[in-house]
Amino acid sequence: MSVLRERYALAVIGAGPAGLAAATTAADLGIDSVLLDEQPAPGGQIYRAITETTLCERAVLGADYWRGGALVERFRASAAQHVPNATVWSVVQGGEIGVSIDDIARLIQAQHIILATGALERPMPIPGWTLPNVMTVGGAQILLKSSGLLAEGRVVLAGSGPLLWLFAAQHLAAGGALAALLDTTPRSNFWHAARHLPGFLASSYVGKGARLIASVRRQVRVVGNVTMLRAEGDGRLQTVVYRRGDGLEQRLASDLLLLHQGVAPNLNLALAARCRPIWDGGQLCFRAAVDAWGASAIAGIAVAGDGAGIAGAEAAALRGRLAALDAAHRLGRIDRAARDREAAPDRAALARWTRGRAFLDRLYRPARQFRVPDGDVVVCRCEEVTAREVRDAVALGAAGPNQMKAFLRCGMGPCQGRLCGLTVSELIAEARSVAPAEIGYYRLRPPVKPITLGELASLPKSAAAIKAVARG
Amino acid sequence: MAPAREHDVAVIGGGLVGSAIAWGLARLGERVAVLDEGDVAFRASRGNFALVWVQSKGLGMAPYAAWTKRSSDGWAGFAALLRAETGLDVAFQRPGGLHLCLSDAELAARHGFLMRLHNQPDMVPYEHEMLERRALEALLPEIGPEVAGASFCPLDGHCNSLRLLRALHTGMQRHGATYLANHIVDRIAPEAGGFRLETGGGAVRAGKLVLAAGNGNARLAPMVGLTVPVRPQRGQIIATERVRPFLNHPITTIRQTDEGSVQIGDSVEEAGFDDAVGLGVVSAMAERAVRMLPLLGRLNVVRSWAALRVMTQDGFPIYDQSESCPGAFVATCHSGVTLAANHALVFAPMLRDIALPAELAPFSAQRFDVPAAA
Amino acid sequence: MFRRLPEPAAASVTISVDGKPIAARVGDSVAAAVLAAGIVVCRTTPVGEAPRAPYCMMGVCFDCLVAIDGIGSRQACLVRVRDGMRVDTQHGKRRAGP
Repeated sequence: MSVLRERYALAVIGAGPAGLAAATTAADLGIDSVLLDEQPAPGGQIYRAITETTLCERAVLGADYWRGGALVERFRASAAQHVPNATVWSVVQGGEIGVSIDDIARLIQAQHIILATGALERPMPIPGWTLPNVMTVGGAQILLKSSGLLAEGRVVLAGSGPLLWLFAAQHLAAGGALAALLDTTPRSNFWHAARHLPGFLASSYVGKGARLIASVRRQVRVVGNVTMLRAEGDGRLQTVVYRRGDGLEQRLASDLLLLHQGVAPNLNLALAARCRPIWDGGQLCFRAAVDAWGASAIAGIAVAGDGAGIAGAEAAALRGRLAALDAAHRLGRIDRAARDREAAPDRAALARWTRGRAFLDRLYRPARQFRVPDGDVVVCRCEEVTAREVRDAVALGAAGPNQMKAFLRCGMGPCQGRLCGLTVSELIAEARSVAPAEIGYYRLRPPVKPITLGELASLPKSAAAIKAVARG
Repeated sequence: MAPAREHDVAVIGGGLVGSAIAWGLARLGERVAVLDEGDVAFRASRGNFALVWVQSKGLGMAPYAAWTKRSSDGWAGFAALLRAETGLDVAFQRPGGLHLCLSDAELAARHGFLMRLHNQPDMVPYEHEMLERRALEALLPEIGPEVAGASFCPLDGHCNSLRLLRALHTGMQRHGATYLANHIVDRIAPEAGGFRLETGGGAVRAGKLVLAAGNGNARLAPMVGLTVPVRPQRGQIIATERVRPFLNHPITTIRQTDEGSVQIGDSVEEAGFDDAVGLGVVSAMAERAVRMLPLLGRLNVVRSWAALRVMTQDGFPIYDQSESCPGAFVATCHSGVTLAANHALVFAPMLRDIALPAELAPFSAQRFDVPAAA
Repeated sequence: MFRRLPEPAAASVTISVDGKPIAARVGDSVAAAVLAAGIVVCRTTPVGEAPRAPYCMMGVCFDCLVAIDGIGSRQACLVRVRDGMRVDTQHGKRRAGP
C-alpha cells in the first residue's frame, strides 16, 4: 500500500484513460507523479474493474474494454505512484489538494495538477426516474463488470447513444435477456447527422458499431422513435409507459428500467478550482474551458479527457498524454520544441478519433423533451425540486442557476448539481428564451465530495485562519 | 430607443434590504421598481447566517440596540404577514439564543462585554443572562467538555433566510412591484420630479430613490450627494447534510435550519472583493464547532460558501437621505435578516415623507465625520 | 433484479442489512451486495421521505446512502463489503447522535 507524500511535482486526479495516460507519460519523462483515484482499482468508469473483473470471456465485454488493460499495464510499469481509495474534494490554484483516504482528510501540494475526472451520465429526467429499480445503463454495466451481476426479470433499456447498444450486447453475451430496447433517438437526427457521415465512415468507429447494433437488433425487440417515456409504480418501478412517434401510449410491465442518453463532463472539481465552464452547443453540455494542451486559465491546473469535452476513451488517453507533455514543459523538463515534437503523433491520432465523433454526437443528440422536462418531474433529485417549480421561479425573477439555487435549493444537495445542473440551466434558458451559454452553471466551492466536519477540523490551519475565526 | 420606465420609487438592490423595503412600500400602494444585478454577483443575501439576533448588538451605539430589539419584537408579525400574503413560511423561531464560550477566560470576557453593553446610557433594557456550564447543559446536553458556559438571550431567534428572500420577492411582485434583473445602474441623474437611472437594461425613472445595493452603495452614493463608507468583509459558512432536529437554540456560530442541515458560520476576514472559500478558515470553523458540539464531528459537509458582508467602520447601519438630492435615501447594514421587519414595516413607511425622522439620525453617515465623543 | 453469474473462485462474506444476514462476494460494493440480495429500497429521502435505491453506481447521484457500521449517509456504491459489516437502510433525515 503506497503512502501518500506531502509534495509532488505532478498530481493527476482520476484513473480513467486520461489519467492513466497522463501519469504514465509524465513519469516516463522523469517527473515525480502521483495518480489519485477514488476507486480501489484503476480504469475509471469506462475501464471499470478491468484488473479485477471475473468476466474473462473476451466476447462478453468486448475488445475495446480490454484495450484499457494495456493502458493499465503501462501505468503500472511506470514510476508513477498510484494512490487508490483517495477521494479528492478540493483543488485550488497554488497546487493545494484536499484528499481523504480512509476517512482521514489531508492536504498535499503539487506544482502542477491534471484533472482527469471524466464524465458522468447525462440526467434523463422522465416522470418516475427517481423510483427504485430505475437506474442508469452505466450503473448496470458497473454491476456486470465489477460484481458479475446480471440484470434479470423484465429489463427495459431506454434512451439513446452508443452505450445503450454496447451494454445491450454485453448483457446478451453474458446470458441476459431484454424485454425491449426503447430508442429515443429522434428520427430527424439521422438526416442532420448525415453530413458528418464521411468523416465517421473514415474513422475507426464505424465497423464495430454497425455489427454490434445489428447483433442486438436480431435478439431484442427494438422500438425506435420513442418520443415519450414514463416510469410508474408504487414505491418501485412496475410499468414503463412509452409512446412511439405520435402514437398511442404503450404500457410495458417492467422490473428494471435502465436509462441512458449520453454522457457529460464531470466538472465539479474543475469548477470548484475556478475553471470556467463553457457551453458546448454540439454536445449540449458544459465543459471546462481549456487550450489545446488542456491548460485552464488557472495557473497549474489542466483538464484532460472527457472533462474537457466528451470524445471517448481513446481520445481521452491521447489528451492525457498531451496534458502531461505540456506539464513536463511547464515544469521545465522538456523544451517547447521537444514537447511539440513528442505531441505530433498524438495530435494526429486525436484528429482521427475526433473526426468520427461529430457524426455520433449529432446522431445521438438527446431530444429536447428528455432534457427539458415539464410539470411534476423531479429535476433536482436531492432536494426534490420539480420542473414546474423551476419555471415558476424564473417567472419570479430567478434569472440564472445561482439565483435558482437560492430560491429553490436545487443544486444544494449532496450531489452538488451533478444530476440537475444541466437540466436546470437548460430549463432556465428555455423559460427565458436565451441560449444556455448565457445562463451559465452553478458556482461550486470545495469540498466537492462529502467529508465530515471532524475530518475538516483536523486539517492544518495557518495562524491567520485561526485568527479569522471567532474572536471571542 | 425604448422610453424610460416610470415609478414612484426605485430601489437599487434586490437583496434582503432592498426587497424588504420594496415590499413594505409596495403594500402601501407605491409603484416600486427593484433593480438588481445578474446571476453571478456578490449578493450578501445569499451568504448570510439567518439569525434574528439581539444579544451583543449596540456597544457604542445604544440606539442600534433599541432598533434591533424593535425589529426582533416585530419579526413574528412580519413573518405572519408574509405568510398570509405569499403562502410562504419563513420558519421564524424565537427560542432564545446562545453564545458559547470555550474557556473560563472566554466566558469572563463575554460577561464583561455584555456588562459594558448593558451599562451604556440610554441602553434599552431586555432579559439576558450568563449561564454556567451546569445550567447550559440543561438547555443543550450535547455540549463538549471544553464549553465553560454561555450567554443567553430569550429574544434571539432565526429563520430561513433564503425563503425570506423568496417570500419578499413574491410578496413585492404580488403588490405590483417590478423586478428588473440584469439592471446594473451605471449613472444616476437627478431631474425634475425625481431621478433618471441609466442601466445596462435601459433607463428607469422614479420620483424617489433608495440605495440598497450593499457594497455597491459606495459607488452609487456620490451620484446623489451621499457618502456611504462600506467595505466588504468576508464570512465563510459550512452547511452539513440534513439531520433530525437536535439543536433547539441557535448559537451565534452554529444553527440547525428548519430543513435539518446544520450551518456553521464563524469567520471574519478583510479580503477585499474576494469570495473564495479558504480551507484553513473552514477547518478552523469546523474545529471550533466540533469542540462546542462533538456530535457534529460525524456529519458530512455538503457545501461551503463565502459571502461578503457589507461593513461600516463601526459595524452599525447607515440610514441617510441626501440633502443635495432630496428624495434619495440609502439603507445599508450587515444584519439584513434581523432588521428585515423594521425595513419593511418601519423604515419603508418613513420613505413616504420628505425626510427621515430624528429617530434615525444616529445612523446617518455624518457620524463618521464627527470626532468620537469623549 | 440481479443474479450472480457463476464465478468459481469467488470468496464469500456475510454482512447484515437491517439485521438480516446476506451473502456477498469479496470485491462487491455494499450497493452491489444489497441489489444482489434483492433488496429494492435502500433509503427514504430527508425531504419528502420518498423511497430511493442506487442509481448511478459511480458515486455521483448520492441515492445509495446507507448507514455502515453505525455511521450514516455513506455512499454504498463506494464502500466495499467486509465480513461482519452492519448495514442499515436510512429513513428520512440522518440522526445526529449515535
